[in-house]
Amino acid sequence: MAEKKHTSTHYEKELRDIKECLIYLGALVEKAIELATEALVDRNTELAHKVICDDNTIDQLDVEIEEKCIRILALRQPTARDLRYITTAIKINGHLERIGDMAANIAEKAILLSEESPMKPYIDIPRMAEIARGMIKESLDALVNEDTDLARKVRMEDETIDNLNEQVFRELLTFMLEDPKKIHRALIIMQISKSLERISDHAVGIADMVMYMVTGKIVRHEPS
Amino acid sequence: MEGNSIIELRNVNFFYGKTRALTDITMDFSKNRVTALIGPSGCGKSTLLRLLNRMNDLIDGTRVEGEIIFEGINIYKPDVDPVDVRRKIGMVFQKPNPFPKSIFSNIAYAPRLAGITKRSDLEFLVEESLKQAVLWDEVRDILGKSAMTLSGGQQQRLCIARALAMKPDVILMDEPTSALDPISTAKIEELIDELRRNYTIIIVTHNMQQAARVSSKTGFFYLGKLIEYNATEKIFTNPDVKQTEDYITGRFG
Repeated sequence: MAEKKHTSTHYEKELRDIKECLIYLGALVEKAIELATEALVDRNTELAHKVICDDNTIDQLDVEIEEKCIRILALRQPTARDLRYITTAIKINGHLERIGDMAANIAEKAILLSEESPMKPYIDIPRMAEIARGMIKESLDALVNEDTDLARKVRMEDETIDNLNEQVFRELLTFMLEDPKKIHRALIIMQISKSLERISDHAVGIADMVMYMVTGKIVRHEPS
Repeated sequence: MEGNSIIELRNVNFFYGKTRALTDITMDFSKNRVTALIGPSGCGKSTLLRLLNRMNDLIDGTRVEGEIIFEGINIYKPDVDPVDVRRKIGMVFQKPNPFPKSIFSNIAYAPRLAGITKRSDLEFLVEESLKQAVLWDEVRDILGKSAMTLSGGQQQRLCIARALAMKPDVILMDEPTSALDPISTAKIEELIDELRRNYTIIIVTHNMQQAARVSSKTGFFYLGKLIEYNATEKIFTNPDVKQTEDYITGRFG
């Protein structure tokens, strides 16, 4: 969409800069999920520690983006589409930061699990992680292209993750009933599954904000 | 939400000689509401404001088409006296323009012309108008002093008090704070908020934030046309027309 540029080129640049930072932050959290899952599956504690450590970078970028947004609110007093864009950026930033925390949580759990013997090969968890990462990517693509169709698609995909989460829960429940020694490990895996389910909720949150940015309508509490 | 309209424009065109300054404007102004008119220089917003109390009559070679209905009467009908119109639809200008007379005389001037001569009546009117313009406390002891000794912000409030003295229904404001500092501006905006209860206010402003702060409806003009006329909140969060959005977000020209 050919968009008219601001009369103020500095303002234009500031707005673009925020978008670029969000994309970068998005790439970082996607990577964090990927590596946390890898650390879990491969029982690689070194990699898990790296994910936990890298969350600091995500946190720093979160603060940086928020400060940039606040600065624009104070100095530029954005209106209309710019106002919707900045409020959207602030909220998307929050979602991405929380996703980063979830990835770090998964990495922590991967370390705990590596200290015990493996229970079963991971099938659904990597699948959930893959779908969740795809949702984050799509929601940010929707932001960049102001694509409401793609944002709607992300909102629909949440159901798949919810179903997988329930399936994992049921499966782990049977493990726990069969053998109480597995309860501890099963509970940890349940938390991982829950984290992935939360990540997909955050991706939906991003998609919701894109819908708001483009249409001016808050769809958060509407069914997808 | 929508108040009764007090002024209705029907297919209004306006010409300076052969130049068309306004094209087919149809809009209503709600009673006891603040309406802001915004748009780039030369878009016709001030021209429209001046049409509402026939100030453009004073410019040679101008011509009006269409109807401007105030309280059920087209104010451009031949038998309407523009002085009567201006009595009911007062105006405050960009630069404070007090008469080089005492503060008291500035307010009493028009009522005197209108036939009020009793000193006590005039005193009451002066006090009432200055109170409404939130200037009374600052000038009550210096009513005999020249209005020119007041600060710019005080002079502008004096001009508002002067307009109020004629007990108008509508007050037109043409960039009333563009020559004032932020504190004086805040005082005038506060005053607008007060006056809204008893008066209909139509304000032309280049200050977009001001339009957002003081008005309940906003009209955006461009090249003599009314591009969008909507609730102020709507205009500043999610306008219907792309051109409006481009203008208020600073993507113009």
